[in-house]
Amino acid sequence: MSPGTQYTPYHPKWYRSRMSVWWWLQNRSYVYFVLRELTSVFVGLCALLLLWHLRALVQGPEAHAYFLAQMRRPFFVALNGVGLLFILFHTITWFNLTPKAMVVRVGGKRVPDWTIAGLNYVAWVLLSVAVAVVLLRG
Amino acid sequence: MALVHDVLIIGGGGAGLRAAIAAAELNPRLDIAVVSKVYPMRSHTVSAEGGAAAVIKPGDSLDAHAYDTISGGDWLSDQDAVEAFVREAPAEMLQLEHWGCPWSREPDGHVAVRPFGGMKLERTWFAADKTGFHMLHALFQTTLKYDTIRRYDEWFVTKILVDEGRCQGVVAIEVATGKVQAIFAKAVVLCTGGCGKVFPYTTNASIKNGDGMALAYGAGAPLKDMEFVQYHPTGLPFTGILITEATRSEGGWLLNKDGYRYLQDYDLGKPEPKPVFRSMELGPRDRLSQAFVKEQEKGRTLVGPYGHYVHLDIRHLGQKVIDKKLPFVRELCLKYENIDPVKEMIPVRPVVHYMMGGIHTDIHGATSLAGLFAAGEVACVSINGANRLGSNSLTELLVFGARAGTAAAAFASQQRKPSPSVLAQAQDEERRLGERFLRKTGGTEKVAALRAEMQKTMEESAGIYRTASVLEEAARKLRKLQERFHDVSLEDRSYTFNTELIAVLELSYMLDVAEAIVHSALQRRESRGSHQRTDYPKRDDTQFLAHSLATRGENGSPRIEYLPVTITRWPPAQRVYGR
Amino acid sequence: MPPSVTLAVTRYRPEQESEPTLQTYEVPFRKDWVVLDALNYIKDNLDGSLSFRWSCRMGVCGSCGMMVNGSPKLTCAAFLSDYLPGPVRVEPLQHFPVIRDLVGDITDFMQKLKRVKPWIIREQEKPLVEGEYLQTPDQLEMYKQFSMCINCMLCYSACPVYGLEQSFIGPAAIALAQRYNLDSRDEAARERLEILSEHDGMWQCTFVGECSKVCPKNVDPAGAIQQLKLVGAVDWFRFLLPWGTR
Repeated sequence: MSPGTQYTPYHPKWYRSRMSVWWWLQNRSYVYFVLRELTSVFVGLCALLLLWHLRALVQGPEAHAYFLAQMRRPFFVALNGVGLLFILFHTITWFNLTPKAMVVRVGGKRVPDWTIAGLNYVAWVLLSVAVAVVLLRG
Repeated sequence: MALVHDVLIIGGGGAGLRAAIAAAELNPRLDIAVVSKVYPMRSHTVSAEGGAAAVIKPGDSLDAHAYDTISGGDWLSDQDAVEAFVREAPAEMLQLEHWGCPWSREPDGHVAVRPFGGMKLERTWFAADKTGFHMLHALFQTTLKYDTIRRYDEWFVTKILVDEGRCQGVVAIEVATGKVQAIFAKAVVLCTGGCGKVFPYTTNASIKNGDGMALAYGAGAPLKDMEFVQYHPTGLPFTGILITEATRSEGGWLLNKDGYRYLQDYDLGKPEPKPVFRSMELGPRDRLSQAFVKEQEKGRTLVGPYGHYVHLDIRHLGQKVIDKKLPFVRELCLKYENIDPVKEMIPVRPVVHYMMGGIHTDIHGATSLAGLFAAGEVACVSINGANRLGSNSLTELLVFGARAGTAAAAFASQQRKPSPSVLAQAQDEERRLGERFLRKTGGTEKVAALRAEMQKTMEESAGIYRTASVLEEAARKLRKLQERFHDVSLEDRSYTFNTELIAVLELSYMLDVAEAIVHSALQRRESRGSHQRTDYPKRDDTQFLAHSLATRGENGSPRIEYLPVTITRWPPAQRVYGR
Repeated sequence: MPPSVTLAVTRYRPEQESEPTLQTYEVPFRKDWVVLDALNYIKDNLDGSLSFRWSCRMGVCGSCGMMVNGSPKLTCAAFLSDYLPGPVRVEPLQHFPVIRDLVGDITDFMQKLKRVKPWIIREQEKPLVEGEYLQTPDQLEMYKQFSMCINCMLCYSACPVYGLEQSFIGPAAIALAQRYNLDSRDEAARERLEILSEHDGMWQCTFVGECSKVCPKNVDPAGAIQQLKLVGAVDWFRFLLPWGTR
């Protein structure tokens, strides 16, 4: 600010409104953003379930059977179901946003966003197919 | 607490910022301040689109640029100023490139140039079609690196302080708080731009009110060549938004209602499919605007809800060229006219765009008042004469901004601090503002009504074609408006960001400037460049190869005197285009 | 087409009141009018005390940013016809202190702009007699998008991080830093990266992405920030490379 002024940048007379705790309900983009961030919770939960599964496997057939029985309970079915939806949402938003951070130029022209995102999807599908083949063959 | 600086620059546009940098570079110990009534990025330089001219191509020469400028100005340009201008232009433009301006380039990396109206060869540097925007932001961001340049953003200057025969500073209102402050300085540079808003239809922004011109006029400095008002041939009909000359330099055509390239009827050459230098649509702006009026008189223009217009056709350039060279034009047409210039023709008509006239300065930017300098559109050096060529004014900002900044810095280095008796003047000014506007009771006139009447008067009298009787009537009307102005009343009595007060002060500036324009136009009994008199249709070099000087008279109205034009190497000749 | 439309406009006169209020005005409806035209109509004919900023009215100066029906917009580019039947709510840009009516205080942004050193920084300047720095159209294309910012600050209004944490340097400032980082003539990308890696720099951004959505000039500040984050992250690992210095 200039010298000799009678006020500072945060002048007492200037009105400052407080941001509401419900700011994220203001428009659709914000709600979408908060849901996207919430997916991290479900990613965490599903990771924990995976660890539990691994531990059950290591502990032997009885522990594993107990684990599977637990997974059939409605609560865990719901958790897995909702978790899957959120993880899919997480993946799709992540892939769609990747081209924003990764700018690739070929011959001076910028590779279009859908190409970069598309390559991610293709890699995902290929990897999923590979994992499925390995798991189902055995 | 007194605010004191060495060099004070009023106006934060291209010229002002360039002057600030020039002063800071000349003497890093100088205390420099820029006062602007808006944040510098909002200055009207930002809307300039087409480009800035400087000799750079191998086949080009300084003499060619000088000749184009002088003939474009219908021989009213001071040739010593033009010679200095064309000589310093390339270095200034390169300097701006070094400071980061994103000039459009040739494939090999060199700066690209495009043809422009009235120029024999292409020499107009451009940054897509937002040249002024990129220039202003490059300059503004460069000023941020100098710690010696301080800024007073949103401070509005109301008076120039004069004492002991020299300028000692200004009085300004800090708009956000309403506080009136004197800012003392050893040298003041006015870079406040033009005054397009005295007319109703203009490409100019709301902030172009002739502030600096009126301030200098009020302090006794004369205004030069005020009658020369440039009408840009292609503005959008309702908003007046500028459609850059670059549309024509890339190959656009002006068509009347019959789809005919009517410029060929007005001694501007023969229509060719590709643009030809100094011919047809690449003729000078005054001739193109005059052709429009003639077409309108013949009934060959189209009529729309906002008056008469013609078509600017760039469809044949193709989408690729338009998106590469004229993307902003496409954006503006789509948004404001709902028209895609790739597929449809753009409705255009002449609108007020630039003031060739302004505060009389010498080739260093010094006015007749010691310590007061001016540069940019507010000043009249004069390099533009009776008609400015497109793309000369952006370069003018750099060349004369630098010259004025350097001259002001040199002047300031030799001055004592301002005299304390000026403080009393500042206090008087604060009292005046309070009594006349903020605390005044009664008053029946409203700002908006007075302004609209002034604009209507100017449109009718000082348009593209003028005549004595209408100008005399306008002079009387403006005098009356000045008197009615004393009775203006404000609805807004607050001190905090009172934009109505600012509007009233801007109106007072515009009324002074309008009177100077009308009186200068009345006295010049000839037709030259953009000043066309139906009662004196010929150019008269015996009587009027001279600049008009408007000095404030006793009762407020200007008295007009004449100052001969400086001719060096180009004796007056006929302006020839298209042949 | 209706003959008129209602505007509900924020009024705040700090000398008289401690909180802003909404005042309604009835404005004639015209197909060509933008919200700014309506505000000027109010000022010229109905209420001369309404304060707001504007200048070029063609979307290039950045003065007239305001919240229109809750979204940050340039009022010179917001057509009244898009807001029919009304009422149209016009408020000052959010996340900035309100000085008066529709005018916000942007000094915070001006200081942040300076912090990112938005000017060409080089070890050695090329003398003017040697001409311009060569820059091919492809090199210009690298940073061109980020140079289009008009400093209208709609992005700061859209950014919830800036709203919650005023110290955040913000989208426009970071985009401008990236503009210079990518300019082939500049040599200070590392310096700016250091500044942006500070506590209130680019890492505060959580990629809400609203800034790029509201930007009237398609600058894509969100993209600039994520690109810088990638560069910053990769740069951090440089200490692992035996030949690289940190």
